[in-house]
Amino acid sequence: MVLKDARPFGPATGLSCRECGTVYELGPIFACSECFGPLEVAYDFGEVRRQDIESGPTNIWRYRALLPVPADVASKPNLQPGWTKLVKADNLAAELGLRSLHVKDDSGNPTHSFKDRVVSIAVEAARTFGFHTLSCSSTGNLAGAVGAAAARAGLDSCVFIPANLEEAKITMAAVYGGRLVGIDGTYDEVNRFCSELIGDELGEKWGFVNVNLRPYYAEGSKTLAYEIAEQLGWRLPDQIVIPIASGSQLTKIDKGFRELIKLGLVEDKPYRVFGAQAEGCSPVSAAFKAGQDVVRPVKPDTIAKSLAIGNPADGPYVLDIARRTGGAVEDVDDREIVEAIRLLARTEGVFAETAGGVTVGVLHKLVRNGVLDPEAETVVLNTGDGLKTLDAVAAEARPTAVIRPSLEAFRTAFAN
Amino acid sequence: MSVSVRIPTILRTYTNGAAEVSAEGATLREVLQKLDADYPGIGGRILDETGKIRRFVNVYVGEEDVRFTEGLDTPTPQGSQVSVIPAVAGG
Repeated sequence: MVLKDARPFGPATGLSCRECGTVYELGPIFACSECFGPLEVAYDFGEVRRQDIESGPTNIWRYRALLPVPADVASKPNLQPGWTKLVKADNLAAELGLRSLHVKDDSGNPTHSFKDRVVSIAVEAARTFGFHTLSCSSTGNLAGAVGAAAARAGLDSCVFIPANLEEAKITMAAVYGGRLVGIDGTYDEVNRFCSELIGDELGEKWGFVNVNLRPYYAEGSKTLAYEIAEQLGWRLPDQIVIPIASGSQLTKIDKGFRELIKLGLVEDKPYRVFGAQAEGCSPVSAAFKAGQDVVRPVKPDTIAKSLAIGNPADGPYVLDIARRTGGAVEDVDDREIVEAIRLLARTEGVFAETAGGVTVGVLHKLVRNGVLDPEAETVVLNTGDGLKTLDAVAAEARPTAVIRPSLEAFRTAFAN
Repeated sequence: MSVSVRIPTILRTYTNGAAEVSAEGATLREVLQKLDADYPGIGGRILDETGKIRRFVNVYVGEEDVRFTEGLDTPTPQGSQVSVIPAVAGG
């Protein structure tokens, strides 16, 4: 008889400080009490085989043996995100002069952004720790993902956003019935507020997905790496372009690739990681270009609100990874973001939110500047849905003509 | 100058569990020195060996992150609110 694996965090063995290596028991903690460094989940994976993954569900739980979740996670009420399309983007590749390009299109997730991946892991941690309320600071997408996941899991939610977000993101965050609180301030101010709330009685028994559950939450981004590799036929791409907000996603995709190599699930080969920011919020790009290893915070001003984090928590690690892998961090302005959204839509039929415009815009710029190798296999991420940031393109994406319902009117309108 | 300092959860072992304590000083540097005198060891958790604010700590005087102002030389007028917060949050 095989005993049922009842470990609530599956293969996870503890939390370890990314800065000083101090090890902690698995718990709702996120910063090292020695040095304030970020805590990361440590594992003992044992053997993980491709066929076990391939026979799993078509969502992130096919990778449960690589995540801090229980073995029976797929049977619990959650949004089952992931296994989104890896679009072979031949038209865009031809337009940019690339030999091979794929778009990992995460707008296909349940709440239309990559955030469902990270939130799903945080929900499992919240359940295990006995939290009754799910919370977060959000630039928009996360608030909706938390609201939806809490509704499905039967938890309360109370999420915090800058009050001036896009209408669609506010609606999506509110519709799931939890509490949505707009704060007059920037994302960084919302984030600070949540960090203070967590130490207060008001926030007791709350699981803040990106604060006290952040070590678990962040692991969800590894599934992007796993899926890309599996969808490429268990191979790593040569180059990948990833958006940077806090820098957590980029850091965890790199962690995911390295785990696959270590476990022998893919062949070991070099890959280059490129980070993408909007010019109006480009503290990591600025530090990269200046050759610095610390990030000086900025006050954001960009249409790419989902990336508008002026004080990115994982900025230093993004710099390390870009430099270690021979990549780079680049930024594009709002005009280039809009052009890139339209370029991706026109060439591949994928309508990206502004964050996707940032990655495709940076991809374009890196090709133009000769930084990306046009012969190498390249993947670019679209992390959210264009329907959430309609204002970015609404003025330009208009009807070609408005006519009376007659053939004559059509003929006249298109006479030339 | 008396100011109020908000202590993050992971440093409350130094303050006997207090979330907020008072300290004195005309600048953030002086406030942190007084804090360390009152609660020995806490200063070394906020500042690194070279005396700079650790890279994963955010310190605010009032609403403003001191990295936007004068860092440790930021003035702390009477009644200021100083907050020490772990930086590894969000995103």
